Amino acid sequence: MTLLTRVRGDLAARNVKSTLEGGDERVIEIVRLYEEPVLPTRAERPRGPRGFVVDIGRTTETVLGELKSAGTFVGSLSAEALTSLRRPWSVNWREVAPLSERMGADAVPIILLINFMVGIITALNSVSQLRMYGANIFVADIVSLGMTRELAPLITAIVVCGRSGAAIAAELGSMRVSEELDALQVMGLSPVRYLVFPRLMALVIVVPMLTIASAAVGIVGGALVAKAQLDVGYASFVHEMQTIAKPWDMVSGLIKSVAYALTIGIIACQQGFAASGGASGVGRRATSTVVATLFALMILNSGFTWIFRSMD
Amino acid sequence: MDSVVATKHLSIGWSADEVLLKDIEFEVKRGEIFAILGASGCGKSTLLRTLIGLSRPLAGEVLIEGRRYPDERVEKPIFGVVFQSGALFGSLTVGENVALPLIEWTRLPRPVITDMACAKLRLVGLEESAEKLPAELSGGMRKRAALARAMALEPSLVFLDEPTTGLDPIMAAEIDELILKLNQALGVTVVMVTHQISSLRRLAHRCMMLDPEAKDIIAEGTPDDVARSDDERVRAFFESDRPS
Repeated sequence: MTLLTRVRGDLAARNVKSTLEGGDERVIEIVRLYEEPVLPTRAERPRGPRGFVVDIGRTTETVLGELKSAGTFVGSLSAEALTSLRRPWSVNWREVAPLSERMGADAVPIILLINFMVGIITALNSVSQLRMYGANIFVADIVSLGMTRELAPLITAIVVCGRSGAAIAAELGSMRVSEELDALQVMGLSPVRYLVFPRLMALVIVVPMLTIASAAVGIVGGALVAKAQLDVGYASFVHEMQTIAKPWDMVSGLIKSVAYALTIGIIACQQGFAASGGASGVGRRATSTVVATLFALMILNSGFTWIFRSMD
Repeated sequence: MDSVVATKHLSIGWSADEVLLKDIEFEVKRGEIFAILGASGCGKSTLLRTLIGLSRPLAGEVLIEGRRYPDERVEKPIFGVVFQSGALFGSLTVGENVALPLIEWTRLPRPVITDMACAKLRLVGLEESAEKLPAELSGGMRKRAALARAMALEPSLVFLDEPTTGLDPIMAAEIDELILKLNQALGVTVVMVTHQISSLRRLAHRCMMLDPEAKDIIAEGTPDDVARSDDERVRAFFESDRPS
């Protein structure tokens, strides 16, 4: 049947007339059915030219579209924040506690384990160089400054992004495609105040707390390595740490962690709200959330480190 | 009868180049069931989204209870909506779904709200399912729960987006009965989008038919009047439902 319709189609394209003769009436009817023109659909659009330059143009257009959408989202967040300041009861604060538990308490084991390992790895990587120069005690400096200023905030944010950021995007994305966000809106409830602000608040509460715990276990990991590999006693380790690490080091780490929490929350919520196209669209947005957040975290970290070091 | 929903020179679509409906005007009278008909892609659902304020029109305006909507939006919802998928909140039980508008918009004590939510569920025959999650419900039950939620604040106007699509004929008839009950017993004005002729004939006092080619209303009146239209497109639509 395919061959027959294809041949007749090719002949018709060359303006050659063909007729079906002698066949069974039922078969002829089926051939005619296959030859009926397919109705045009809205999705069918003429494909443009392909090429390197065109691809760059299309990618730029997509990126600019995403940036515009993110800008619009941040704008609407600001407007809703002002409304929330005037009417704080309009925010769904009830959700903050269960969300904090889900994003924070449930994530404690994995985050502590990872940061403990990071503390160990950081110390282990310094062992041979420090031993070479007889500067064993400085392992406390490396681990304590590294964990409080850089590693604990960043590693914690990366784990929260992979765990909670993707989950937020998927949850809100599913709500978008199943019309739940529309239902909220027609009920007179702002999706931003009802869904976004509680998530941002929960992240802003739990990420700094996780960061403090992460820095602590990282330092413990470093102290264990210092004792086992460099013969640095725990008392000496703590004494050296107290000498070198200032409260500002932890405060700067906490400032970073708040900024990271907001970044994770805003990107995840924006991606979730922008989801379309069913389950695959939701999956794409969850992936985009992780990629975009990691990129933003690295840029933010560079900026913060540059600013804080210039303040030293 | 005064008008509850009206449009003035309303144009809707995706952009100026992709207009779905151009310069349409119609009104829905208080207490009637008004159906919006048309083939797939003619803009029925987009029109409904525009009426309920989820999409902005390209031009013209929507008036609800004589007020421009959503520009002069009052905070408390003035109508209920049942979406095509039901759009129940998956993380809440059926009872919590129905109670949500009451929690947000009334200052009633929680036991009173629970009783009111139960009463709404009783209205749609779902009292036993109050503790279930939406995922545990059948398609018809989900639509009924969505109807109960739409009625939670006892609005005088309800919008329904294809309320019986995807349901078997028995369940569709049950939903139709519920809509009739809301209209007749509670005096609720209903605006529904449908392409099911059986529901239309059973429920609608008046209807209008949209056409994607004309980008306009091509017929308006009672279902019988519209079915008798001379317009071939309208007759083809109505004849498509006839058993062969």
